[in-house]
Amino acid sequence: MTAAVQPTDTRVPPPTSDPDRPRRISAPASPADRAFRGVLRAAGLSVFVLMGLIAFFLLLRGTEALRAVGWSFLGEQNWRTAAHTFGIAAVLPNGILIALIALCIAVPVSLTAALFISEYAPVRLRPTLVSLVDLMAAIPSIVYGLWGLFFLQPRFVGLCRWLANHLGGPLPFLRVRGGDTPTSYTSSTFIAGTVVSLMIIPIITSLSREVFSQAPAGEREGAYALGSTRWGMVRTVVLPFGRGGVIGAVMLGFGRAMGETIAVALIISPVFRVAWHVLENGGGSISALIALRFSESDGLSLSALMAAGLVLFALTLLVNVAAGFVISRSRSGASTSD
Amino acid sequence: MNPAPAPAPAPTTETPEPPEQRRIKLGGTTREEVLTMLGAGAGSLALDWLLYERVLPLSGAFGFLLCWYLLFLGLYTLVGRLQWDALTVRERLATALAWSSGLLLLAVIAEQIGYVAVRGFDAARHWNFFTETMRTTAPLSPITSGGCLHAVVGSLEQLGLATLFSVPLGVVTAVFLVEAGTSRRSARFVKPVRVLVEAMTALPSIVAGLFVLGVVILTLGAEKSGLAAALALTVMMTPIVTRAAEVVVRLVPGTLKEASYALGAGQWRTVWHVVLPTARPGLTTAVVLGMARGVGETSPVLLTAGFTARMNLDPLHGNQASLPLYVWNYVKQPYPDMVARAFAGALTLMAVVLVLFVTARVLGRHRAPTDRRARRPLRRSRTTATAVPVPAAATAVPATNATNAATASAVANR
Repeated sequence: MTAAVQPTDTRVPPPTSDPDRPRRISAPASPADRAFRGVLRAAGLSVFVLMGLIAFFLLLRGTEALRAVGWSFLGEQNWRTAAHTFGIAAVLPNGILIALIALCIAVPVSLTAALFISEYAPVRLRPTLVSLVDLMAAIPSIVYGLWGLFFLQPRFVGLCRWLANHLGGPLPFLRVRGGDTPTSYTSSTFIAGTVVSLMIIPIITSLSREVFSQAPAGEREGAYALGSTRWGMVRTVVLPFGRGGVIGAVMLGFGRAMGETIAVALIISPVFRVAWHVLENGGGSISALIALRFSESDGLSLSALMAAGLVLFALTLLVNVAAGFVISRSRSGASTSD
Repeated sequence: MNPAPAPAPAPTTETPEPPEQRRIKLGGTTREEVLTMLGAGAGSLALDWLLYERVLPLSGAFGFLLCWYLLFLGLYTLVGRLQWDALTVRERLATALAWSSGLLLLAVIAEQIGYVAVRGFDAARHWNFFTETMRTTAPLSPITSGGCLHAVVGSLEQLGLATLFSVPLGVVTAVFLVEAGTSRRSARFVKPVRVLVEAMTALPSIVAGLFVLGVVILTLGAEKSGLAAALALTVMMTPIVTRAAEVVVRLVPGTLKEASYALGAGQWRTVWHVVLPTARPGLTTAVVLGMARGVGETSPVLLTAGFTARMNLDPLHGNQASLPLYVWNYVKQPYPDMVARAFAGALTLMAVVLVLFVTARVLGRHRAPTDRRARRPLRRSRTTATAVPVPAAATAVPATNATNAATASAVANR
């Protein structure tokens, strides 16, 4: 400390030759710099341009279908493009159902896993655990789909049957109609949601872990000094600090779950009515619809898929931008964004 | 580290830890904790077995494990309550919950990799799987014919092109996000651009595919090709690269930039000669992570590349297969050998992802600029440059936080 003080003592006071008019300092940018800034700005604006182009082209290509059926695109449940009766009133709620089920499973698991990594795991293991969560995010969705279809589903039927038989009475959405064959429990919204939950767990976990680990050390130590246990500290310091970030992370997870394509398309057997009975065979989502119907589509049916893609795009963009704002407004996110 | 050998053994042998100097253990586990947990685990397993196999008409491995876990939590609370107060029980329960979900994640990752490896081994143990295409393979051909060579080649070509497009765009956007604050006109855009980039990282991949389909194939009239697939992958990878690169570019110490400006360099030269070289290891990590994410994307490729069973080396013309598409196409066929090939394809894809992922980690670890010997003059300028922040980091707390965050953030980025 003393060594740092000394130079300031020996500093010469600035010369006071012209005290009333400070010299204006201006740094004219060289041509290279101006060009460079132009390039930077163009790259930044390219994001806007790209998003605009995506919306524009989806709208352009979807116009034909939207014009053909008008507003009933939002109200029609069927998807029969040849008969001009198609709409997203079934696939959109079904996709949201899948995402909600995924959230129900993913949120508790990822929050406790994030707490585990940031608070409970041995310090030496933490970087490895963070890498593993990242690895889980990098596992291709088709691998999740294969795993869900061939490994999870056969072993999950027993649990689904139990849920349907015993909780189906008080909770009608768990009922399964139409016979107790093994296939009546497969390819359901619930199983698709379970697989999607595994795919959004890494996203929610790593974002929450990031905000949890930023909880100020002073407040943590204060809680400990007041005699708190570790869980007490987590409950009173870490969780309140990370609340905004966690809400944002959950919303981002929801957006991902809405857009998840391949795993859902592999598992679900598409039906075009709202699948309230989540354990029952059949379900769907916009992205799975596009992936499954794309190869046999042209003209009007392709245009209809484009229109559905536009709805999905708008919805996920809305959710994601809202999540971004929630994160940047929160106390924990404010320090990360800038 | 290496003192003279003679005095070294003396202190270790003659100080048997006087009792008053023993450290107070705050954390850690005691024997009674471990035994309580083991007892609760064993008891709940027995109870679960009794309920599941003898009393209630239940079946299914997942239900069994779920019941075991719930019973374990209940029994653990009960046994804990016998010996500890409520506060301790709650603390132990929270610890158990945190550990169990951490272990669950590990189990899921191991399970995914293990399952795909086991199922994929059926086809992947035959060498022809990596040396042949599917050109002459009929649905009922034996497993010793046909392979995924054309898909691997297609995947690599598309990934290479997508990296070529997305890395410059992503890195320049990242530099914009960090450097735009210097000019007032661009500073207003920084926040919206960042929110939008964040939103784009979560863009549904099928939408990226639809977009490229709508622009390149339907509007411009090009055929389905590897290039179109690469463009779709570019839309997916650019925001990932941007996000990851922004963090590392932001962590370049301000003192370095100020030193460069003070020496008379402009913004362009500062970025090119100081910021980017300093951030290079982190940038490499960002790029490779983006590649690892890009290579596994199925749905954009599904809409834009078409599919073919034969080799197509030309990414500009004609359908081109890729690994995810290979899996997607063959797993839906009702022939066991085709499904086995799909699993082997998934195994190959996982191997590619793992290799890229480990590469990213290894590159991210060697952050010390002295590791590189290729470029002499640059190296000298960088070692002197990086020598600057060390005293600054020693005195200023934020700087040390920043260097710690540098390693952490390179890991945390997706």
